[in-house]
Amino acid sequence: MADITDTNVHTTTSATTRRPKRIRWDHIGDHAVLIAGALLMLVPVYMVFATSSWDAITVHREGMQFGFGDQLVENYNAALLEYGGFTDSVNGLTMLGNSLILGLGFAIGKIIVGMMAAYAIVYFRLKFATLAFWMIFTTLLLPLEVRILPSYEVISWMNLGNTYTGLIVPLIASATATFFFRQFFRSIPEELIEAARIDGAGPVKFFIDILVPLSKTMIAAMFIIMFVFGWNQYLWPTLITTDESLFTLVRGIRQIVQSYADGSETPDYGQAAALAIIAMTPPVLIVVFFQNWFVKGLTESDK
Amino acid sequence: MAQVTLNQVRKVYPNGAEALEPSTFTIPDGELCVLVGPSGCGKSTMLRMVAGLEDITEGEISIGDRIVNDIDPADRNIAMVFQNYALYPHMTVARNMGYGLKNRGMDKGQIAAKVREAAEMLNLTEFLDRRPSQLSGGQRQRVAMGRAIVREPDLFLFDEPLSNLDAKLRNQMRIEIRALQRRLGTTAMYVTHDQVEAMTMADRIIVLSNGHIEQIGTPNEIYEHPASTFVASFMGAPPMNLLEADAAQGRVTLKNGEVVPQASVNGHAGAVTVGIRPEDIMPSPQGDLTLDVDIIEELGAQRLLHGQMGGQAFSVAVPKDQEASTGEMRLALKPNAVHLFDADQGRRLG
Ligand SMILES: Nc1ncnc2c1ncn2[C@@H]1O[C@H](COP(=O)(O)OP(=O)(O)OP(=O)(O)O)[C@@H](O)[C@H]1O
Ligand SMILES: [Mg+2]
Repeated sequence: MADITDTNVHTTTSATTRRPKRIRWDHIGDHAVLIAGALLMLVPVYMVFATSSWDAITVHREGMQFGFGDQLVENYNAALLEYGGFTDSVNGLTMLGNSLILGLGFAIGKIIVGMMAAYAIVYFRLKFATLAFWMIFTTLLLPLEVRILPSYEVISWMNLGNTYTGLIVPLIASATATFFFRQFFRSIPEELIEAARIDGAGPVKFFIDILVPLSKTMIAAMFIIMFVFGWNQYLWPTLITTDESLFTLVRGIRQIVQSYADGSETPDYGQAAALAIIAMTPPVLIVVFFQNWFVKGLTESDK
Repeated sequence: MAQVTLNQVRKVYPNGAEALEPSTFTIPDGELCVLVGPSGCGKSTMLRMVAGLEDITEGEISIGDRIVNDIDPADRNIAMVFQNYALYPHMTVARNMGYGLKNRGMDKGQIAAKVREAAEMLNLTEFLDRRPSQLSGGQRQRVAMGRAIVREPDLFLFDEPLSNLDAKLRNQMRIEIRALQRRLGTTAMYVTHDQVEAMTMADRIIVLSNGHIEQIGTPNEIYEHPASTFVASFMGAPPMNLLEADAAQGRVTLKNGEVVPQASVNGHAGAVTVGIRPEDIMPSPQGDLTLDVDIIEELGAQRLLHGQMGGQAFSVAVPKDQEASTGEMRLALKPNAVHLFDADQGRRLG
């Protein structure tokens, strides 16, 4: 007991006798810039959140709100559970589910395709490996938005409109993941591959036992980027899904505001804001939870 | 257990560079054979061809009584230890060591037993659950050794396994590897560019230079009878002194007119190269040769006197208890100290 009180006394005295830190003026400048930047990003988010607690009429009359209203629970309830749209076949939860399917399908699909393509290019003596790589590489210049009409043609010709396949597959076809994995694989020491060869690991075993575990952090980083990217897709889902039960959250927000343009009724701003907050949450959570992996994957490799 | 035979093995890389001229030799079963030579002379190339990691341009390699030219590395029953260890970073020590056995379809209990046995041999038991990144360089090297041992291969291949370690650890590991190889009785090929490693570890040394074999022999043969000026200057530290001289009427004369005793030229006449190891010559007032000492280098156990003999650089090693000073001094040869090489090709004479 005596020991414990003793140390306590020590720590308090040492804390009080410590010299006050000098103020570094240059740091204050840095921090001011950072804080201003953070506010610039966060205040709109806060406003959306605050607005999501008001009823539609108030928002319609007075615009976005800074303070909190009393409709928070009601708005989120409605946003998640109330069926809407022309056919009354979709609510927030369905859209959340659709967004998740799109985000996950896109991220996972892209990682699998990207890794396999990079594996083929880096580790096998293919005749036209370099040509293949550069062809894949140029697709970086052709994101979906550029080739959206032909893609739409192909998908509707294949009767894949209004399906998850049609929603996800055309987005997967691009080179970002392949490119990153190729760079990563090339940085794995040659001797590791040779050791595995001597240890009797064939192409499949090498991929699964060595390459995939080594790429863990890279995969995680890719997953985050791709998930957020897929989640935020707007144009392609709008084009390819007309069936409301396949709507994603990002689309759903627009749908609520859309009713204003139709002039039918006062758009439910509170609900739209609630839906926007719901749409923002999963990507934010993923980034927050995986940020360690994310940084690791992009900056170091586990070798 | 197996002997290794190379028969007219040649390597030309796709870019046209001939890394290895046709080479033929046999390593008897159970021997440790060291490939030594300066950087870029083709040591790794030769080793990697035996491992099956590099295609053989011409010739045949056999391990045991099997020609392995077209056999996959995994099926050659060899084990290789790499310079940077090449351990799988995501696997524990135990899994690193057992991975090759697992791929052979051996059952788990058996693998665990073999891994434990090897770990005991190498003092690695307490590290079995660690990752390579949690080990020191020497421990990683041991794990790499362990991975080689558990496979019970016919042949060990080492490519500069110690060059990432500090000098002290290198000496210790050198002895350990040597002892282990003796105990297991497994044939081994060991690549190094360190001639001390070569001299101390080898049953047989192969000296390579520029893609061809300069000499094959026991450490003693290589040291006592270097086949060329290249071998003479490469093997031995400090290196052998090489002096230009002239042979005429059975006598060898240095540029300053001094006659080199012991030199028997067997009727050869013309320019020759005289080789004398720094430790085969000693100060003596009645000596036949004159050295003009410029620099004295203290090495602890001995001193190195650097200077000029007949206008050419020359070094002498003297024991630490012998006085030395700069300036002119007389030197006498120990018995059998003189090596003669022809001046053009650098080949040994007699
Ligand atoms: N993949 C390759 N393609 C073309 N030339 C190569 C290749 N690998 C090695 N070489 C050349 O072959 C020669 C022998 O190389 P090798 O790696 O066997 O040398 P080494 O004796 O192991 O040298 P070090 O002691 O530096 O490891 C060198 O001249 C090298 O430039
Ligand atoms: Mg080498």
